[in-house]
Parts: sequence; C-alpha cells; structure tokens
Amino acid sequence: MSDYRISHIAALEAEAIFIFREVAATCQRPVLLFSGGKDSIVMLHLAQKAFAPAPVPFPVMHVDTGQNFAEVIDYRDRRVAETGVQLIVASVQDAIDRGMVTEPPDGTRNRIQTPVLLEAAEKYQFDALFGGARRDEEKARAKERVFSFRDDFGQWDPKNQRPELWNLYNGRVHPGEQIRVFPLSNWTELDVWRYIGSESIPLPEVYFASEREVVDRGGMLYAVNEFIQPREGETVFKETVRYRTVGDANLTAGVRSEARTIEEIIAEVESTRITERGATRGDDKTSEAAMEDRKREGYF
Amino acid sequence: MTDVLSSREDTHELLRFATAGSVDDGKSTLIGRLLFDSKSLFDDQWDAVEAVSAGRGDEYTDLALLTDGLRSEREQGITIDVAYRYFSTPERKFIIADTPGHIQYTRNMVTGASTADLALILVDARKGLVEQSRRHAFLCSLLRVPHMVLCVNKMDLVDYDEAVFKQIENEFKAFATKLEVPDLTVIPISALKGDNVVNRSENMPWFQGPSLLHHLEKVHIASDRNLVDVRFPVQHVIRPHSSDNHDYRGYAGQIASGVMKPGDEVMVLPSGFTSRIASIETADGPLDEAFPPLSVTVRLEDELDVSRGDMLCRPGNQPRVSQDIEAMVCWMDEARPLRLRGKYAIKHTTSDARAVVKDVQYQLDVNTLHRDESASELKLNEIGRVTLRTTKPLLCDDYRRNRATGGFIIIDESDNRTVGAGIIV
Repeated sequence: MSDYRISHIAALEAEAIFIFREVAATCQRPVLLFSGGKDSIVMLHLAQKAFAPAPVPFPVMHVDTGQNFAEVIDYRDRRVAETGVQLIVASVQDAIDRGMVTEPPDGTRNRIQTPVLLEAAEKYQFDALFGGARRDEEKARAKERVFSFRDDFGQWDPKNQRPELWNLYNGRVHPGEQIRVFPLSNWTELDVWRYIGSESIPLPEVYFASEREVVDRGGMLYAVNEFIQPREGETVFKETVRYRTVGDANLTAGVRSEARTIEEIIAEVESTRITERGATRGDDKTSEAAMEDRKREGYF
Repeated sequence: MTDVLSSREDTHELLRFATAGSVDDGKSTLIGRLLFDSKSLFDDQWDAVEAVSAGRGDEYTDLALLTDGLRSEREQGITIDVAYRYFSTPERKFIIADTPGHIQYTRNMVTGASTADLALILVDARKGLVEQSRRHAFLCSLLRVPHMVLCVNKMDLVDYDEAVFKQIENEFKAFATKLEVPDLTVIPISALKGDNVVNRSENMPWFQGPSLLHHLEKVHIASDRNLVDVRFPVQHVIRPHSSDNHDYRGYAGQIASGVMKPGDEVMVLPSGFTSRIASIETADGPLDEAFPPLSVTVRLEDELDVSRGDMLCRPGNQPRVSQDIEAMVCWMDEARPLRLRGKYAIKHTTSDARAVVKDVQYQLDVNTLHRDESASELKLNEIGRVTLRTTKPLLCDDYRRNRATGGFIIIDESDNRTVGAGIIV
C-alpha cells in the first residue's frame, strides 16, 4: 500500500503532537498562549488532535494588550466556545490601571506584555507555557530549544540552554521556574499556511485581502482603526491589503495583496521576497538584537 | 484540500542534516550560500546582512552574518550554539542543525547529530584534515548519522586543483574505514564562490559527482528508518471521561520503529501481558497501518494496565529489559564532571528513572580513539564508556540498531539541567 513515506507537513504534525503530549504527561500546569493569531490557531488545532477524543487537557491564555483587531477577538471567543477550553485573559490595561506597568509614551504595549505574562504565570502557577514561535521567524529564535527553560524571573539565557537530543525533552523545573514550549519550532511560514489549507482551519478575516483605508508610514501600510489615526501630513487612501501576521492593531501593518483564499495566500507566500516580520511588524525594527533582548526579559 | 496542495506535499520529504566544521572552514558561509542560491533568503534578511557587512568594511557580503544570531556571536565572529535553519526546494524540505566547530562545543555537535539524517563535514582545502575533522567524523559515526558528506571547501584558493582534493579525499576515506560510516560522499566546493554548492562547477571539470544541493535532494533516506522492530513507547493515556466515550482507553505515542497494524499481537513491557491491537487511531480517523514517525493512539482488545513509560512490541521481537546499562556517554556539563558512584536522573524513551554510575571503564580520546582506562570521571565534552545501574528496568535496544530506543539523556537532579547523553552499546 505504501512505501512508509510521509510528507514533511505530516512529519511536522507528528512532531508537534508528540510535543503536546509530552508536556501534558510530564508537566504539572501547562497553558497554551492563544491570541487568535494564525500560529496560535494552528497550535490549538494541533492540541485538539493530540488528545482526541478527549478534550484539550489545559487552559488557553491571552495576554491582552487591549489593542486588538476586533475580528481577532471575535474569532478568539468563538474558537474558545467551540472547543470548550478554559480561557484566561491577562489584561495589560488592567495592569496599567493597577500601576503594575506603565504605558510607554508612544502607546505601544508590546514590551509591557512581558511583566503581565509573568505575573499571570505566577498567579496560576503555570510551569509550561506553549507558544507558537517558529525558528524561521528571527535569528535569536533560531537558537532556541523546543523546550526552553526560563528561570524564576522568566529570563532566557541563550548561553546556558539545556542540550536537546533526539526527542528526549527535559521539562523538569523547580517551583517558580517555567518551560516555554514551542511545538512549531521547525515550521516555516509556508508550512503553517499549507497546514491551514490542508486542514481547512478557519481564520479571522484580517488574514484575507480586502479593501481598507490605510496610511503609509515608512513604506508600511497601516489600516486606519481605533488605534491608528492619520497623523498630520498623512493621507488616507484605499488599498487592498491582508495581514501576514496579527499583533497589536497599532503595530501591525498590512501588505498589498489580492489573496482572498488560502490557496491564493499560499501562492503569494511561495513567491514573496520579504520575511513576515520584516514586512509587517513595527516592533521588530528597533535594532538588530531587538528580539534577543526582549526574549532575555521573558518575552515569548 | 485541493489536488494541487496534496500533490505538492507528497513530493516534499523532510531531510535533517547537521553541519560541522572548524571555526574558519566557512560553514556559515556555506549555509548562507545554500539559502541564497536556493532562493530561500528574503530580501530584508539580505539587506540587513549587506548593511552590516558594508559597515564593517568587508570586501564582500559576509554570508556568515545570516546565521550568527546572538549579539556575542556577531561581536566575536563565532557561533556559540546550535542554530536551526530551514529551506526547501521542489524536491525536499531541509532542516539544518548548524553546530559550532570549536572543541568546547562538542556537546552541540552531538546534539545536532542526534536527529540528523545526514552530516555535512567541512574542511579547508588549504589545511586538509585537521583534528576537528576527525573528531566530527567520529561523533557522527558514534551518533549513527546514516549519511556523511565531506565538503572540501575553499577550492578556489588552491586553484581548483584535483590533486589537492584527491589527497584529502583519500586521507579521509582511510580514516573513515576505522569508523562506521555507512554512506560517504566527498565533494569539492567553494562556498564563497558557489562552486558545486547548488550548481555544478565549471572550474572543476575533473569532478564528475553531484553538486552538494543535488546530493542533498537525492540521497535515499527512506530505508534509514527501522521498520522491522516494533517499538511503541507509551507517552500518554487518553481517557476522555465523557458519556460518549465512557470506556475509551487509548495509548498515545509516536512510533519509534517498526510497522503496526490492527489485529497484530502485541506484548506490553515490562508487564509481559499480551493482547491484540484493536485499532490505531488519529484525529483524522483510524489507520490501516502505522510506522515511524507517526503520532497515533493505539487501542488494545483487552483491558490491561498500561501506563506512560511502558512499551508495546511484538512477542517475538522484544527489546532488552535491563537495569544494567552499558553506554557511551558524552558529558555536557561545565559545572561538575560525571563521577563514579554519582547518582543522576535519566530519561529514556518516555520513561524516567534514576541511575548510579557503577563503573567508568575508559575515557575515549576522540581525536586518536585512544582509550584511557585510568579515567574515573568524565568532564565537559569528554566521551567514555560507562556502566549504569538503574532504579527500574529500561526497555532498550542497542543504539546501533535503534536510535529511538538506544539513546538517553542524563539529568542533574539538583538543578534539572541536562548534563549528558548516553548511547546504549
């Protein structure tokens, strides 16, 4: 019947399912970070497949900056209701109101997500946090383990990582420490899209091209919304765009695109010449080592 | 979903390879070249590298900057940890474990080789084989990487001279006969100029072999897996506790080796009870047969007491069940050496145990393969043969027969760090 070969997508799925099960079997209190972005959507889908017909045996958590695309929050709530998982929302706005973090003058809340995440992890005593990060996204991520150890302060020490051999993942921690777990480590952006296509996973509308009112900031197209208002001298114009990544609504730019279906998106991703972070994320442009620095502080 | 999608997927097989080389052999440049020439690089990545290179006053764009990701690496111009890279061609998807070459990072080399289908070793044509080339070849053979490629790099700096290449090739082949290298290919290249990396070089008409990328695309890896010995380490027991699935009990895991089919008689170890496979299930439906590396859920016809760490196998083909383990151990801890009578935690398949070091038989000099029988400990990056006594039986095979059931990691129980890797002999 077969020559016992499987496609690389099937191999990546098998690896991710193995990782989910390994955490569920060995860690005390895992949680899956779920933002409604495509990578976390794929993660939740894989988690469901890993434990079927039983329900996903851990909650999902959204570190909510309050600066979301409305469609994404709708999607999040719909998906949570369908799957029956418990949703924990760690609110950055709430942390600002309590004085736990201070909102940066430029209004971007990406960096103050980290203390909110760490506080929630401590409150719920999570010892394993699943994230959707991929090694192809960024150079510092390329050196991170699948099971990435974080100390009491949530810090990543790139020079002191646990060696990771075969599929023998070491998830042991002392109380207060955590493992960040990245089941999609070996996936690329294209793999994620192909998997979404082959599994027919529904996505929030923002991922598909539609005509939006945008402003051009440094070559990046930001849709005008609650969080992005045209500044002086900026002109608002109509453009057909889609989002390759979905972060905060005030930080994430769209790309010109006519791709209105998954197949069209895959075709576009196959021929694109710019990385998804480079094309869409104002937060990664700061410096050559921006991601490394944020990860050291406990960022995903 | 569509025919287009499924047919494209079917042609994409996954090949994992590990690269090794000395600091200046041009390994990062070679990877940069593979990414660049296979059009797997994005413009913004290229622009960033070009800008840094120009800022430093490099004469040409330094492709090594593509892979060296951490601040201290860029500052020191070295690679300090295993980095994973991805690229694909219409033939295959590739995962590169890029491991540093200097001596203090043998542990990274072992890490990268543990999952590799193929090892790529680089030597500088001007220098020929050096201690590190031999060490890398030895480590790859120890880790049973099924395919090895020796790239003789910087051929442009020796005028593409066939005699230089031949001498290195012969010397390496002579050394490799002392090791277990099932499949060896030697290719003359220039990573900097691109000769024989993606396209056949016009500068070396005397070389009849494939370009490196062509070889990576075509090397036959399907037979590398062990499809003979059924080994299914139980990872997690699935019990839904719902009214629909009241009596459901499934054993979840990834098939380590062998082919399993519904109806097959299986034995559960260590209990020794036998049953038959009732079904092999996935979220997408039941399977007629399952093989590595699929993650599945196995249900048995009989209600047996099976839990995580147990293993399903065929009654006529069982792994060893033993508490006395002979292993080659690579020590990975800077802080403390492996010590005689030291006690550690170990993780083997899905099973956790504790172990005491009963004997350090010898430490192996990975450059000369000389055995030092007076050794009583193993320090960082040292490899030696060790006897362990475990608190519970391991269900294991010789590593040479089965990479999935023959390898284990050693964990320091005081701080939970992974401090060693073991290969059962």
